Amino acid sequence: MGIVVFDGLAFGALLFLISVGLSVTMGLMNFVNLAHGAFAMAGGYAASVVMNAYGFGFPAALLAGFVAGAVSGAAVEVLFVRRLYRSHPLEQVLFTIGLVFASIATATYFFGPTMQPFSIPPYLEGNFAFLGAELSRYRLFLIVVGVIVVAALVLGLDRTRFGAMIRAAVDNQRVARGCGINVDRLFLATFTLGCGLAGFGGALSLGMLTLNPIFPLKYMVYFLMVVCVGGAGTITGPFLAALIVGIGDVAGKYYVPQTGGFLIYLLMLALLLARPNGLVVKKGAR
Amino acid sequence: MPLTLPRRGLFALEILFWIALAASFFVFPDRLYLLTQILIAALFAVSLDIALGYAGILTLGHAVFFGMGAYAAGLLAKAGWAEPLTGLALAFVLCGLVAYALSVMIVRAGELTQLMVTIAVGAIVVEIANQATPITGGSDGLQGISMWPVLGAFDFDLWGKTAFVYTFVVVLALFIVVRRMLQSPYGLALKGIHGNRKRMYALGSPVEGRLRFAYAASAAIAGVAGALLAQTTEFVGLDTLSIDRSAAVLIILVLGGTGRLYGGIVGAIVYMVVHDFFADLSPEFWMFWLGLFLMAIVMIGSGGILGGLSRLVRSERS
Repeated sequence: MGIVVFDGLAFGALLFLISVGLSVTMGLMNFVNLAHGAFAMAGGYAASVVMNAYGFGFPAALLAGFVAGAVSGAAVEVLFVRRLYRSHPLEQVLFTIGLVFASIATATYFFGPTMQPFSIPPYLEGNFAFLGAELSRYRLFLIVVGVIVVAALVLGLDRTRFGAMIRAAVDNQRVARGCGINVDRLFLATFTLGCGLAGFGGALSLGMLTLNPIFPLKYMVYFLMVVCVGGAGTITGPFLAALIVGIGDVAGKYYVPQTGGFLIYLLMLALLLARPNGLVVKKGAR
Repeated sequence: MPLTLPRRGLFALEILFWIALAASFFVFPDRLYLLTQILIAALFAVSLDIALGYAGILTLGHAVFFGMGAYAAGLLAKAGWAEPLTGLALAFVLCGLVAYALSVMIVRAGELTQLMVTIAVGAIVVEIANQATPITGGSDGLQGISMWPVLGAFDFDLWGKTAFVYTFVVVLALFIVVRRMLQSPYGLALKGIHGNRKRMYALGSPVEGRLRFAYAASAAIAGVAGALLAQTTEFVGLDTLSIDRSAAVLIILVLGGTGRLYGGIVGAIVYMVVHDFFADLSPEFWMFWLGLFLMAIVMIGSGGILGGLSRLVRSERS
């Protein structure tokens, strides 16, 4: 029981790190983005290359993951996405599916179809005993990072000028524009930050998930689920949803392995039926 | 300066199009398998057009109904009643009813939720089919289907002649029904809902009922397409239900042009021929160009092949 909750929390923290940017960009711009996992994958490969090919340490790899996610996110935003904010959701879906396909093919071309090798740094390796259960240090590290990031984001959104601008734009974009907020630049900054966090999460995921080229497609549903269940445009919504999805997924696979990933979808349908607008509804929603 | 077509010319063009499709039977007698596959994909894409192009329901799980129809027809044949038309009817009714029940969750939701619900239902159905190995054959697929002759007279032959003619007749018949349905006042109401839902509410149109019916009709026809696949190939695999197939049919429809009735058919022809041509290349290569193509089609915003054509040729009505 304890270990299931613990592993679920670790998986949830990872899901939160990758998906939180998606939540904010979806809430801010109503942009249906299926390709968010591609930025996480970019971060994962960057971290892997930095460690395996150049021999840097784990912290440098995490930084590389963040930078790779942010840079690729900013490039995609400037080149394509900003033209699609006002498009029909179908076009956004098609474009982002196309981006997923192209990124899978590109990753396969450069890195091959197999999993990337990764070894957890010695100071995070192994287990520790807690209340009679053997828990993994790396997963504890994931949970701690997740909590720090959620605290930083909530504080940043609440206390800083930039956060106030984001809140204003999420609540009512037109009025925010009217108040002189440069919403276009805000979009770019938020998209970049969100993709950077996804890349950071992708780098962290090396120690828990398998990183191969189908990563964006394999976990796409999880990221979308977190945003959809949690409520787009908020920080705490996806955090709660990520923990629920993480624990639900691990518990489902642990207790009823024959049904595979099936239970998590039932859970999602139930949550969506109960709260169609998400667990935490953003202010100013219709 | 767009070319203008008289109204009757457009109808003549439609007839010509179907004659050309039928003539492919004599022109490519050794490619009948591919031609049958194209017809099935075309019917599937037309069914998606009802939901997506006309009713505006965003779905990434339409293969659920395609696969459900395929399994229904295959299982019926294996259970001892291998009459083809009954199999189609069963697929039609079953998929229609299931979709009507599911549509409660879909018609009121926003786009993102629609997407998630259809993906989730798809994942659940695939998992059920995968686990129910004694019935569905699991990942090995449903094997050993053997169909009776069509109408008791035409045996399915090794060269796929009967399969092609049978598929062609069924696809044409259903297409005529769909065409009639979408050109009726009901079809107009669907277009209205897609264009401006609030205004249709204000007009007193029963928006949700109309959308639910459209979703059910769309699913029923997708089920028939799946049943045709099961009967003509005498095999049903798990991939008929997969999200890959849902994405492929979406791509086919968008390639041809949504909300244009013929978009699905034109898209299916082009997509399947190109895919067949590049089949020898590595799948990554195919995926890369498909991805780039999707991105390009959105950025250019051409509305597919038919959208591009409609800018060159106008009919008198518009």
